[in-house]
Amino acid sequence: MAVQRKKRKRRELFALGNEAVAEGALLAGCSFYAGYPITPSTEIMEVMANRLPLIEDGVFIQMEDEIASMGAAIGASLAGRKAMTATSGPGFALMQEHIGYACMVEAPLVVVNVMRGGPSTGLPTSPAQADVQMARWGTHGDHPIIVLSASNVQECLEMTVTAFNFAEKYRTPVILLLDEVTAHTREKITVPDPDEVEILSRVEPTVPPEWFKPYADTARGVPAMAPIGSGYRTHVTGLTHDVMGYPTQRPDEVKDAMLRLFRKIDQYYGDIQMADEYMMDDAEVAVVAYGSVARSAHLAVEQARERGAKAGLLTLKTLFPFPRPAVEKLTHRCHTVVVPEMNMGQMSREVKRVNNGRTKVRTINRVDGQIITPSEILKAIL
Amino acid sequence: MKAPQPIDRFEIRLSGLGGQGLITLGRLLGSALALGHGYYVTQTQSYGPEARGGSSRADVVVSSRPISYPKTENLDLLVALSPEACNSYYRLLKRTGILLVDTTLVKHAPTNVYLGLPFTQMAKEQIGNPMTINTMVMGAVTHLLPFADPKVMRKSLEANLPAKIREVNAKAFALGLKQAQRNFGDAGGIWAAAEENGAHSEDDIIV
Amino acid sequence: MADVTQLIHDYLRHNKKFPHVFCAGCGHGIVLGSLIRSVHALGLPKDDVVLVAGIGCSGRMAVYVDFNTVHTTHGRALTFATGIKMANPKLKVICVMGDGDAMSIGGNHLIHAARRNIGVTALILNNQIYGMTGGQCSSATPQGDISMTTPFGSLEKAFDIVEMCKAAGASYVARGTSFHAIQLDRLISSAIMHPGFSVVEVFSPCPTQYGRKNKFRNAVDMYKWLKANTVKVETLKEPDQKPADGRIPIGVFRDVEEPGLEERYFELQRKLMGQNR
Ligand SMILES: Cc1ncc(C[n+]2csc(CCOP(=O)(O)OP(=O)(O)O)c2C)c(N)n1
Ligand code: SF4
Ligand SMILES: [Mg+2]
Repeated sequence: MAVQRKKRKRRELFALGNEAVAEGALLAGCSFYAGYPITPSTEIMEVMANRLPLIEDGVFIQMEDEIASMGAAIGASLAGRKAMTATSGPGFALMQEHIGYACMVEAPLVVVNVMRGGPSTGLPTSPAQADVQMARWGTHGDHPIIVLSASNVQECLEMTVTAFNFAEKYRTPVILLLDEVTAHTREKITVPDPDEVEILSRVEPTVPPEWFKPYADTARGVPAMAPIGSGYRTHVTGLTHDVMGYPTQRPDEVKDAMLRLFRKIDQYYGDIQMADEYMMDDAEVAVVAYGSVARSAHLAVEQARERGAKAGLLTLKTLFPFPRPAVEKLTHRCHTVVVPEMNMGQMSREVKRVNNGRTKVRTINRVDGQIITPSEILKAIL
Repeated sequence: MKAPQPIDRFEIRLSGLGGQGLITLGRLLGSALALGHGYYVTQTQSYGPEARGGSSRADVVVSSRPISYPKTENLDLLVALSPEACNSYYRLLKRTGILLVDTTLVKHAPTNVYLGLPFTQMAKEQIGNPMTINTMVMGAVTHLLPFADPKVMRKSLEANLPAKIREVNAKAFALGLKQAQRNFGDAGGIWAAAEENGAHSEDDIIV
Repeated sequence: MADVTQLIHDYLRHNKKFPHVFCAGCGHGIVLGSLIRSVHALGLPKDDVVLVAGIGCSGRMAVYVDFNTVHTTHGRALTFATGIKMANPKLKVICVMGDGDAMSIGGNHLIHAARRNIGVTALILNNQIYGMTGGQCSSATPQGDISMTTPFGSLEKAFDIVEMCKAAGASYVARGTSFHAIQLDRLISSAIMHPGFSVVEVFSPCPTQYGRKNKFRNAVDMYKWLKANTVKVETLKEPDQKPADGRIPIGVFRDVEEPGLEERYFELQRKLMGQNR
């Protein structure tokens, strides 16, 4: 009998970074969007407003603010949906309390922050990368978090899929940090056939409800998750809780719960920390960059090579947990590390920490709402 | 799809007034070059306050290799549909770049070496719809881009427009293309001349 | 009495470590009892009931009942409830909040939930004080009253929760008290069965933080006060006017049939998907 091979259906689009995020979300199985409009992230919301009502059970809702958007998205996540929201700096600030809540109750969820200049209303339509440390430490309380970034439009799609996969796999909010340049550039992208992409979903319990311990430790450190309404009547709370999900203040239970939250991310650093190397094999000067600045850095490295300088580029796709091994390696091999970023030094602080004084770290910082150009980076390399 | 010709970063700026449909033009042009021809293309545009106050701008970078830096730095082609746009962006043109203006609106170009067609007037009088100025410019630009196939450009344009306005825009595109062919001469020749002489004199460049 | 006690026990979580956090005489427990009786009387399966709670003493009740329970953040319970209802409209979503929760920090969410008419029931347990944090004034503390942060008497006017929810467009608005338990069962039952957004404000005494500071000798005095100072709205000649004697009207203030947001949304979705086929 002849095997019928299904023809793969890929779509080519000429799309904005923001539109690619929405495509990635839909590909990953996102069926719930709650948000509040803010430049330069709004196109994500607008695409979702057009698409979700046309998908079986797809839900789109515009909430009264970003606090509410996060609340609704977490509620939907607890009810079994793959949920997301997107915003920019001021809205991201409002979301912080609920990001912590999502960490605590282990609600899978994707939050996109298209960074613009700040503080405050700042430069609504200009790029910046100023929320990097806020993404890591913005919510109160000690917590681990996954923060990803993307530097071109195709990556916007791919990293959104990755963000959903990580969220589901590790039961955690995942933050995707973009900047205005990436979000507002149009490029050709290929939307893969759903069959070509690995899509992960949360693990649901297999034991009967009366045996189910909603926050029990597992080998992966990630407990199974029962959607609200599935017959497992669990209690979800932002208070520190025991394995049953009930509030506890017992030091031993609190310690177990907190350490598991960290461990479930810590022990998968190898899976989570993503960075791309370009011309790094024999590099003597390394540029460490992320987001749209990585594109400028790419050109700068090319130009430096043309002039005989042994330059290389490490593009960080995962910002947190900080890809320490990849950065550490180059601090051993290169005499200079250049860190260009559109802030006053939020990632270079991490690079310097890992470098521990070994080699020279040169920073390029721009906070004038302009993208760092290839020639600025080239100058620092040469 | 024919194999794309080798191009190493060709930068286009489409500039003028709000309402001239420049952002749409950027998207249509970019889409035709990226999806229709298979080039690498990045398209960016002015946003926010920059996009208010009457001015508007869209940038397109075309290359046969992946594009690292997505914005424009040195323009190969500047399309200016208003005197303000012409004056503010003229100095970003490469020495060998080409300036294309709307002669209805730009009466005094900052150089003697430029190409022009009365787009506004043509859209109004020959097409009977001033809104078609952007697709008419697309026709003229298609002629100027030696790596663009007019048939592919037209097909892509039509595929991207809603049925209601497809026909009138196809007509505008054809008119822009025809007038450019008639008035500017062979595209290869224009670029060769620009390469040889520097399309505008060095003295004009304000650094 | 024994059967009522049995009933309550059928709905409490037995694997949860008791005792509960409520003080003796607190009205919140009475509201919980009323909620359980209402759900039972309506014959709703526990699996279909979601109790979403804010932060405050009132919010603590979620943990004790054997429904799907979500203890959220201060003031934002309605936003979670909205997400849950839109994600799974088959669920009966009930949101328990304190007066500070619903009206002070969460006032914006309350008026928007009312405006969108999302199919959620909001129980606002109004004890006119921040109980949990130790007796500071809330936006429902009566003018002139004493609290930890208004030691010389509150200067601000209190919100009228019923008036505010009506004005914001809620399609079912009622007020009861934890003294009038039988009436409260009825109010909560009809609120739960109401299709769109329903609000039940419940005057619920806090002897510990409000009573002591405001000349109530004990909890019993507070319940007596509720009995003496409330009036059934249906007995008023002019139900739209506040009684001149200062008594608080209780009962149903609005009950209109309007499809909830989720109904309208999925209706639109069916239409759009039909067109697309
Ligand atoms: C964002 C935030 N601010 C403040 C608090 C502290 N807090 C906890 S409960 C509460 C007030 C509770 O009052 P109310 O909502 O009336 O509930 P009650 O305890 O009276 O039932 C406050 C201010 C908090 N948990 N979160
Ligand atoms: S402090 Fe007040 S509201 Fe809180 S449990 Fe005690 S009596 Fe009830
Ligand atoms: Mg209170």
